Amino acid sequence: MKQRTSRRWSWKIVLLLLGIPLLSGYKAAGPTAEEVIASVRAKLDKVNDYEANGKMKTNVVFIKAPIAKVKVYFKKPDKLRINNESGISFIPKGSVNINLNNIFLNGTGSFDIIDVGTEAGTNLRIIKLLPKDENSDVVLSTLYIDESQSLIRKAKTTTKDNGTYELEMTYGKYAEYGLADKVIFSFNTKDYKLPKGITFDYDDGSKKEQDPNKLKNKKGKVEIVYSEYSINKGVPDTVFR
Amino acid sequence: MWKLLQIELFKIFKRPRTYIAFGAIAAVVFLIQIALKFDGKSYIDLLLSNLKDSFDFNDDFKLDLLNGYLICFVILNTLLIQMPLLVALISGDSIAGEANMGTLRLSLTKPISRTQYMLVKFLASVIYTVALLVWMAILALFGSMLIFGTNDMVVLRSEGIEQIKSFDVMWRYFAAFGYAAVALTTVSALSFLLSVFAENSIGPIIATMSIVIVFTILSEMNIPIYDQTVKPYLFTSHMVAWKGFFYVKADAEGTTINGSIENLPAIMRSLSILLIYIGLFFGSAVWVFRKKDILT
Amino acid sequence: MASVIEVKGLNKEFRDIKAVSNLSFSVPAGQVYGFLGQNGAGKSTTIRMLLTLIKPTSGSIEIFGMDLQKHRKEILRKTGAIIERPDLYKYLTALENLRIFGTMSGVKIPEKKLRDQLAMVGLADRANSKVKTYSQGMKQRLGIATALVHDPELIILDEPTNGLDPQGIADIRNLILHLKKDLGKTLVVSSHLLSEVELIADSMIIIDKGRKLVEGKVNDLFDPSEIVVEVKTINNETAYEKLKTSRLSQFVLSKRNDAVLLKLHREQVPAVMKEMVQMDIGILSFHSKHSLEDYFLSLTTANPHVEAAAN
Repeated sequence: MKQRTSRRWSWKIVLLLLGIPLLSGYKAAGPTAEEVIASVRAKLDKVNDYEANGKMKTNVVFIKAPIAKVKVYFKKPDKLRINNESGISFIPKGSVNINLNNIFLNGTGSFDIIDVGTEAGTNLRIIKLLPKDENSDVVLSTLYIDESQSLIRKAKTTTKDNGTYELEMTYGKYAEYGLADKVIFSFNTKDYKLPKGITFDYDDGSKKEQDPNKLKNKKGKVEIVYSEYSINKGVPDTVFR
Repeated sequence: MWKLLQIELFKIFKRPRTYIAFGAIAAVVFLIQIALKFDGKSYIDLLLSNLKDSFDFNDDFKLDLLNGYLICFVILNTLLIQMPLLVALISGDSIAGEANMGTLRLSLTKPISRTQYMLVKFLASVIYTVALLVWMAILALFGSMLIFGTNDMVVLRSEGIEQIKSFDVMWRYFAAFGYAAVALTTVSALSFLLSVFAENSIGPIIATMSIVIVFTILSEMNIPIYDQTVKPYLFTSHMVAWKGFFYVKADAEGTTINGSIENLPAIMRSLSILLIYIGLFFGSAVWVFRKKDILT
Repeated sequence: MASVIEVKGLNKEFRDIKAVSNLSFSVPAGQVYGFLGQNGAGKSTTIRMLLTLIKPTSGSIEIFGMDLQKHRKEILRKTGAIIERPDLYKYLTALENLRIFGTMSGVKIPEKKLRDQLAMVGLADRANSKVKTYSQGMKQRLGIATALVHDPELIILDEPTNGLDPQGIADIRNLILHLKKDLGKTLVVSSHLLSEVELIADSMIIIDKGRKLVEGKVNDLFDPSEIVVEVKTINNETAYEKLKTSRLSQFVLSKRNDAVLLKLHREQVPAVMKEMVQMDIGILSFHSKHSLEDYFLSLTTANPHVEAAAN
């Protein structure tokens, strides 16, 4: 009796194992989503703090900004600061998320993991994280993970209040710490308009943007290209004040 | 000619009213500087209220933003609207004041042609205008740089934000002040022309201000029927073109191109329109004055 | 004697008002030339035309033998003037004012000369006071100093004694005579007071309503033995016509609405009177005027008919 039951179970498992790949194109032999997340976290956990030099490019439809030399400071668990050493930079809200640690801030147990499978063409593992806390600002994070190196290549985060962020990472020298050489941070911007009564603009007679939607709710992009990281050398708290 | 110009300048700078303008500029500049020194953050908050949902503005950012370059821009924005009054105070008085004092008739019995007399008078008004601007530059630009330091400059326009590297700012200010000198010379030429018709200086000063105010309102209002018909020909529309030097070009990715000007041809066109106005005002003033019977 | 100013057929119209009408006169060199007329007679307009402040409608002005339009600068360089009130820059000192107008006259004047000039008009000790602290008389004297600062050959003084006290008037009078006698200047002095002009002028012109009434040497115009007789008749018009066509025409000076004016020697009066009675002119009154002032007034009293007679 007992044996029959176990055989029936094993059939079910076989069916399940056969069924999952059919649904998602997922290789039965690979690690589970939890395992992937864990190995990504482990890599990121190696970094307690860093100080990085980089160049930041802002691409927002209504801002003309010069390329900025920035210093990016990070300290566990969630302190991040982008400093423009020789000028001013508009830092978008949510840019703290360029630090990937933030995704896992509340521990792996704080969200449900949904395995979506691999992305066709890129072979990246798509994993969605759903926070269990209903009050969390983050509604959903979608990670595109390079399994072989345990690196997040892309991340989309949807929030309640601050729109959707997208991160795109390119790795190089600092891949072993999960630190990117280049990060592109995309975010939603609200439309921008100041009354002419305040600005007293010079109207040069040229035709202004005809399509009002072009200035509205466009994606803004910030691109940081890092030249070097100094990892785990200690960063004073005063930097983040 | 130089001797006569010296006399005119001597007369201008010996008059107490001349220093009212310098005092007024100093007062306005200091008031703005003090206000922004102590309450700059709320001013910045106001300006950026539109953006605070998309961007993080910490206190350091606000302090950096509120640097000498921005402050000077804010001051110029405010003051260049009031400056016509200060300019008219002297140029409107230029001929009418002499008529009123009774010195015009004596001066014109001297072996000086009327054209030459007008040229010297106008030149003196222009020098006074430039002196006002230099004074303003010292206080508003260099003073603010001293008090607030320097950093990248952020110019907020109605439909966008211009950000300029700090090393790329100074030459723009020189160009802007140069342009402002021409803009104010236009006002000067207007009140100078009005001055020819009057026998006391109050008339031309008030008339100049009225014209400038009405034209400015027309220039700043967004009324479609005026946009292409009247506006392009009002000198007040072109007086604010100094700001054009702070509008930069950007590449396809929205990155500021250092040393660039968004629309130099437009500024040059505005400049030529102002120069035409100056020529027109001054030319008419001379033409009228040459024919005028001096009865005062 | 050569004339410094030669005016021919001068006219000036302001819109529809004829301010100066066909005026001709000449100012001899080295003399004080009196320019006489009541307020509004056209004196100021004429003087302003001489100084290029007003453009004539027509006519010619030659000064120093040169056309005023063509040689304006040259002429003005050698001319000094006060026009009506001597208004100066009140916020500047006497010395500064003097320096300004000296420089504008196109000559470089050393500081010492400026101070001498102020001393000449009695303002040496107030050289550095602002003009706004000056009395009317002091301003007048400073005005004269500015007119003289560049040592002009021709000096035009428009009502130089206006608003002055008797002492001030006397001072100015002495200064004018000094300029003529000691420095050989030519002066044109306008006034509405005959008594004043009479004391200083060698020649004079009397104008009224923009027209010349008489011009000539003061001594000729005012022979002390001559008097003016004002004859009122029943009909002045016919009386005037009768007299003009009679032997007495040489004595007829002019005609007014209320009287006919005769000019004659004192001793001729009885004979003329007798003859007029015989001519049946219908005399109502016969009034002889003694003062020159009365003569002047009799000529210039507002009366349209005077013009016709004067011409």
